[in-house]
Amino acid sequence: MSNHLPRIIVSVVFFGSLVGVEIANQKYAARPIGTPVQIADAIKRYGFHLDEIGKAAGIDFVHHAPVLDAKLGPIMPEVASMGAAVSICDFDHDGLPDVYVCDSTIGGQNHLYRNLGDGKFDDVAAQVGLADVNKDGTGVSMGAVWGDYDNDGLDDVLIYKWSGHPLLLHNNGGKSFTDVSAETGIPQGVINVNSATFVDYDCDGHLDLFIAGYFPDNLDLWHLKDTLMMPNSFEYASNGGRKFLLHNDGSGKFADVTQQMGIDSHRWTLAVGAADLRGTGYPDLVLANDYGVTEVYANNQGKSFTEIGKKVGIGYHPKSGMNCSFGDIMNDGRLSIYVSNISAEGQLTQGNNLWVPKPGTSGDSLAFDNMAQSSGVDYGGWSFGGQFGDLNNDGSQDLVLTNGYISGNPKARSYWYDFGKIATGFGPLINDAKNWPAIHDMSLSGYEQKRVWINDGYGTFRDVAQAVGYNDTHDGRSVALGDLWNTGALDMLVANQKGPLLVYRNTPDPTNQWLELELTGTKSNRDAIGAQVTLYWKDSKGLEFKQLQQVQCASGFCAQNDHRLHFGIGKGSTVEKAEIRWPLAGSQVQTVQNLQVGKVNEVKE
Amino acid sequence: MSQQAKTHPLGDAPHTKAKFTIDPRFIAPMLITCVLLAAQLTAGIFENYLNILIAIGAGIVTEIACGLLVDKKVPHLASAYVSGISVGIILQTATGIHWPYAVCAMLSIMSKYVIRVKGRHPWNPSNFGISAVLLLAPQIVTALSIQWGNNLYAMGVIWLLGSMIISRLKRFHICLTYVLSFALFAAIRAAILHDGFLTEFAPITGPPYQLFVFFMITDPKSTVHPRWAQILVAFLVAAAECALRFVHNVTLFGHPAYFDVHAAYYALFLVGPLAVLTEIWLTERKKAAGSTGPKATAPAAS
Repeated sequence: MSNHLPRIIVSVVFFGSLVGVEIANQKYAARPIGTPVQIADAIKRYGFHLDEIGKAAGIDFVHHAPVLDAKLGPIMPEVASMGAAVSICDFDHDGLPDVYVCDSTIGGQNHLYRNLGDGKFDDVAAQVGLADVNKDGTGVSMGAVWGDYDNDGLDDVLIYKWSGHPLLLHNNGGKSFTDVSAETGIPQGVINVNSATFVDYDCDGHLDLFIAGYFPDNLDLWHLKDTLMMPNSFEYASNGGRKFLLHNDGSGKFADVTQQMGIDSHRWTLAVGAADLRGTGYPDLVLANDYGVTEVYANNQGKSFTEIGKKVGIGYHPKSGMNCSFGDIMNDGRLSIYVSNISAEGQLTQGNNLWVPKPGTSGDSLAFDNMAQSSGVDYGGWSFGGQFGDLNNDGSQDLVLTNGYISGNPKARSYWYDFGKIATGFGPLINDAKNWPAIHDMSLSGYEQKRVWINDGYGTFRDVAQAVGYNDTHDGRSVALGDLWNTGALDMLVANQKGPLLVYRNTPDPTNQWLELELTGTKSNRDAIGAQVTLYWKDSKGLEFKQLQQVQCASGFCAQNDHRLHFGIGKGSTVEKAEIRWPLAGSQVQTVQNLQVGKVNEVKE
Repeated sequence: MSQQAKTHPLGDAPHTKAKFTIDPRFIAPMLITCVLLAAQLTAGIFENYLNILIAIGAGIVTEIACGLLVDKKVPHLASAYVSGISVGIILQTATGIHWPYAVCAMLSIMSKYVIRVKGRHPWNPSNFGISAVLLLAPQIVTALSIQWGNNLYAMGVIWLLGSMIISRLKRFHICLTYVLSFALFAAIRAAILHDGFLTEFAPITGPPYQLFVFFMITDPKSTVHPRWAQILVAFLVAAAECALRFVHNVTLFGHPAYFDVHAAYYALFLVGPLAVLTEIWLTERKKAAGSTGPKATAPAAS
């Protein structure tokens, strides 16, 4: 062997590796991201197509961001970056889902779009008293959740705000709403809430409330004393707003039981979800926190809560949690949790989290694995709201995700470099807004491509967003799914920051079957929020399937889905039964048979 | 962030002393392992251990293979370990793919055997590997940023321990010069950009710079030898970094280069070899003139 040969061999491998890295990058950059296809082709290939029909349906809402204290002027787009929120409700109980959407500027009007049933919507917010709720000095809306707290058969609404107290408005027969915040015990004073949910945590038949602060309490974002109001860490922030667990005593009064129930968190919560994850019959709470780890509060039979995030494997690896949604992604009767975070090529690679229950764990031994990468749902840009739902009615839960943070001047350079300067520094430096570089007209993860991941039935997902028609590039925040026209299709609403409320009508493959369940509690809370339904069916080959869904209040980011549960069951399937576990202490599982396919099935407790 | 390999024959035990001392070559690996363990135990920084194990494994295997092939000896593996661990910490993949960790560690080690000038490798190995991968695959990889948190006290402890150990290795002046120079250039940038001194100074208070200051710029094998020259080079690295922070929106090979985001790594990548090559040139010139230059070997530390 020549004396030089070994070095030549190493050199060839060395330079070959350098070239290989470059080629790999080129291939990655040129990876297919999908292109729009004809509607018929999309339905044939993927089983559905989405068409944006907002304006044609009479929905012309455009969100306005808040303009906060002038001290925050240099970074206003960053701080005032949320508030676009959408929830689906049926406020007049006419069987047609209506839409409520929030504006976030002082004097801005929230809209309540009443579903007329003919494909059109009519804004009735001003008529019923739900429009002018962003008055100067009262804070501005960040979102709304609907629930029948007094079990009178009509959903009431809680509007949560920055720099104001949440508003609880009682529904007067679907004709008007009355502010009952003070008399019912809703927290008063200045708090900065970014998520809330109705939840019957003690399963006594009355909806309680969980309200989660984001910015520190008593901070009036319009009248700042100083600029020490940002998180004290990018990954371990502990100076966010407090949480409120409010117990409904059944007489229309709420009592603050947060401390006595063992909830003590000052993280920057952006999403809260309630679901019975451990099979106890009681809903646990999941808090997706910005600048920190996700928290999981185990419900101890409605008597107290214990934070078990680390115990179940979720409470490590802090990221920027912005979403919490639940879905039975493998049709095994267990709920996975999707938490969205931030990813940006060349800058930050947090990746979204898909927490899937570990096989063989349940109850007190429950543990989760983050399967986002192997499932293909980890990379979603600067992700916000996500929702599970069977968009193509093939019998498995798909996942939609909206994203995009700040879309500025497309010709200006990105703000990412400037953002990185402060984001990696000492906590006290981050805490002071005046240390944050001015953003001017720059973008920060703007104009991003959205995601629609279809599930292959085994928990592996494929992005088809561009092909099926979800191809806008607004700064998406809140996504809600619901069968808006009772056609057996999950339609999609997307609230965009400083952008339009988009309505995507879904056209699924008509040969795929579906059914929906509308649950009404009689002893449980009337909305049946927290009820879990396992549907059993057989396909045309006789293969047996089951899927678990839960009636949710808050889901995703600042969103609420259609109250009814939508199941796709594929082609030629036969439904066997549904098992319903009502959210009531000591209740038995109710089995329902003779469910009708292609219909909304009403089930009373 | 690693030293050039010192080699010894297979089975050739190192010379033992009666008094217990720590081989200076182990100090850097020990320090970085302690930092890593502390960060994992207190903050849970790693979502999985696979990437760092891949990087360490690839670094060690490459070191052994290259050592046997080129030098016919198994080299001391501390260098490969530090390179691997550095790559595992600093490199962040965009999509959870793992191969960049292996390739980056391999490139780091191979560069020592491929690029030699008068027997010296002009780059810090892991700085070379990381810079190369960041430059060539910016859409797949990025570098550590906020993942290690921003806790003042935790970082204070690491700065204190790091300073003590680096002082023992008689290299603290490099760190100090770099930090002071960074502060100077932060002030200059603040004056130009009107962003405030603390904004521009903030990056050096974060975890990525702890690794950079204590492990990369102090590597004995890729730094020049006279103390005054080490101080000058540290200053020049900070100066180059400041300049690169103004280089936005540059594309290279048809993709973004992110010189501004990864300015520190690229600055050392550019200035380090220039300094070493200059020293080699001066040494050769002195030799040619019949005078003696600085010794070609120095105690390996990090």
